[in-house]
Amino acid sequence: MANFETPQLGKRLVTPRIKRGATSHLAPYVAKPEIQEPLGYPGELVDSWERVAIDKLGEMKGKYRSLQVFMDACVSCGACTDKCQFFLGSADPKNMPAARQDLMRSVYRRYYTLAGKWFPKLVGARDMTKEVLDEWYSYFFQCSQCRRCAVFCPFGIDTAEIAMAAREIMDTVGRGQKYANEVVGKVFKFGNNLGLPARAIADTLESLEEDVEEETGLKIRFPVDEKGAEVLMVVPSADFFAEPHVDGLVGYGKVFHQAGISWTFSTHASEGGNFGMFIGSYENMQRVSIRIREAALDLGVRRIVFGECGHAWRVAYSFLNTLAGPFDFLDPDYPVPQHICEVTYDLIKRGVLKFDKSQNDHMVLTFHDSCNPARATRMGDLPGGQFTFPREIIKATCNHFVEMAPDTIGDATFCCGAGGGILTDELMEVRVKGAMPRMQALKQVVDTDGVTHMVSICAICKSQFSKVLPYFKFNAKMNLGVHQLVSNAIILDNRNGR
Amino acid sequence: MVVATALLAFLFYSATAILLAGLIHKIVQYSRAPSPLKIPVTPAPTTRTGLALRMGRELILFESLFRSSLWTWAFGWMFHVGLFLVFVRHLRYFTEPVWGWVVLLQPLGKYGGFVMAVGLAGLWARRLLVDRVRYITKPSDHLMLALLVGLVGSGLLIAYVTYTDIVAVKMFCLGLMRFALGDLQRLPADSVLYVHLLLVVALVAVFPFSKLLHAPGLFFSPSRNQLDNPRERRHLAPWAARLGYPKEK
Repeated sequence: MANFETPQLGKRLVTPRIKRGATSHLAPYVAKPEIQEPLGYPGELVDSWERVAIDKLGEMKGKYRSLQVFMDACVSCGACTDKCQFFLGSADPKNMPAARQDLMRSVYRRYYTLAGKWFPKLVGARDMTKEVLDEWYSYFFQCSQCRRCAVFCPFGIDTAEIAMAAREIMDTVGRGQKYANEVVGKVFKFGNNLGLPARAIADTLESLEEDVEEETGLKIRFPVDEKGAEVLMVVPSADFFAEPHVDGLVGYGKVFHQAGISWTFSTHASEGGNFGMFIGSYENMQRVSIRIREAALDLGVRRIVFGECGHAWRVAYSFLNTLAGPFDFLDPDYPVPQHICEVTYDLIKRGVLKFDKSQNDHMVLTFHDSCNPARATRMGDLPGGQFTFPREIIKATCNHFVEMAPDTIGDATFCCGAGGGILTDELMEVRVKGAMPRMQALKQVVDTDGVTHMVSICAICKSQFSKVLPYFKFNAKMNLGVHQLVSNAIILDNRNGR
Repeated sequence: MVVATALLAFLFYSATAILLAGLIHKIVQYSRAPSPLKIPVTPAPTTRTGLALRMGRELILFESLFRSSLWTWAFGWMFHVGLFLVFVRHLRYFTEPVWGWVVLLQPLGKYGGFVMAVGLAGLWARRLLVDRVRYITKPSDHLMLALLVGLVGSGLLIAYVTYTDIVAVKMFCLGLMRFALGDLQRLPADSVLYVHLLLVVALVAVFPFSKLLHAPGLFFSPSRNQLDNPRERRHLAPWAARLGYPKEK
């Protein structure tokens, strides 16, 4: 299957002894000029790139307080060193958060601190060289920007911020990552990450309507570009056709149908994901976000709702208002934007949705908190709603629900291993090793509680699990979305969907 | 001893000037750099009170560190609490009359030195014994520990073994505080005391150039000090506002 060893799952998670250089050979494919240029980046390594990189670092730490503070504040206490799933799975010490940060901190110290200018050896300062750039290009793409380290750092130092800045600096000197940058380019060209043309989306939804009618006997609609709908639904484009994602999309449709809420997708904004965040580019992230504003204005909707996608929800919840607001043209009675789980949860509480839980009786379920919703967003009015909302929905729709170990869920959740723009085949070794801690936690509930399926609310998690579960001798199909459970169990007694 | 006293006075003033200038520079630098996006690590407080409590727990209890590593927390917390108590006790040498709350708290400072010593020993041992921590350790980390161990060691020696003319030291310190350079009290001829004072000077001077910046950093860390309210309020940095955004159709 692959030319690397899949980590062994034991009785419980063990912190490995460090193994220098264990994953130093891994790096993503480099972006060609035609991928770089539409994003405003040079196509190849520019002349005197060292200087350009150093200057860009200086510019960014002036624009982002996080970067400036995080460069200074680390005391190398080591609290983070056993927290990163990529370290736990690979044992490579450069995957320890403090060491990953030091890849940039060493350069920062050399050029921007007195200690690093005068005593580079003493404080671990390094010149910006080709070796350093190559190291950045390897290890800043072995980070999924999941923020688990930031939870445990006594100063909240967030490696995600540093990895994002590093990628922006690398893009600026002409060393971009093919996968993420190509995806951003596709959004500009097609409106979505997968490059699906509008016609293909409409066709897919049409045949989906037929399938659902066959299953339910009801005309449940999946509308596209319908002006005057109440809700603009923005989903990760994988929801349109990938497995198991699409089964969740059917769930969204059933919820809106049963509640009698008119809604529509937009082909202009046929993507909730925003890889502009992964590459640390405010400008590109904003360009991607703006489409959603345009679509909402164009279609005259009154609410915006996001589907199950982790990083999309981070950009939506935390950044959208800033990047593309104000949204004063929408209904002020609803937060902008909303998560589909907020919509469904609210409808359950109000008694609008009813479920036949036995429809999910063939499964024993557990819930994987996706990193971005868990540590960078909220649902509802109370802190922690991002944990309770999906769980309440799951419990409303099934009879058998089990939690994984407490230090692997909630805000301590392990990332699936392929967030942050590394969901690409050439990084499969990183992905499998990074998935190990989650797989370990899953194995424990499979062994003790007979768990058969793992639920999540993220398109990247779902795609990643489908790929990596078999490496750990699990069935690829034991992975599904919250709204697939909803879809299975919902009682549809609203004949015409109004 | 006149020369030594004058030299130490000069060093104290210089180190304090470096500390103030360096720290002000850093605080201005941190304040000027905007946070263009809302990035609190969630669940995060939604109210000012909640935020004050979160920051307070981090500052006083080291809450996050407690969750991540009990050993590091125990030694780190001991060190910092000891440092606080010792600092309070030392305030006696710089104030006359001594403030009431200092009088109240200062007896604890007598044991603070030992608590610091145990904390430092534990932290240093971790740095040497745990392979992960050893990997991220720089020579400057050892140097900082050596400086602090020297400081605590010499302090404990003065307090419990060699003793010194503490009244003279206090007169010297008060003279410094009042800029009474003309008739500055001479320091006692005591080599342990000189070592202790020189290490203090070194610690103060190195503060703004070292990892001691974690102290102001804690207050400026956006992942901790931001409110969770991005849907209610836009969070536009000046440079981001200038970008405008790509034209609407």
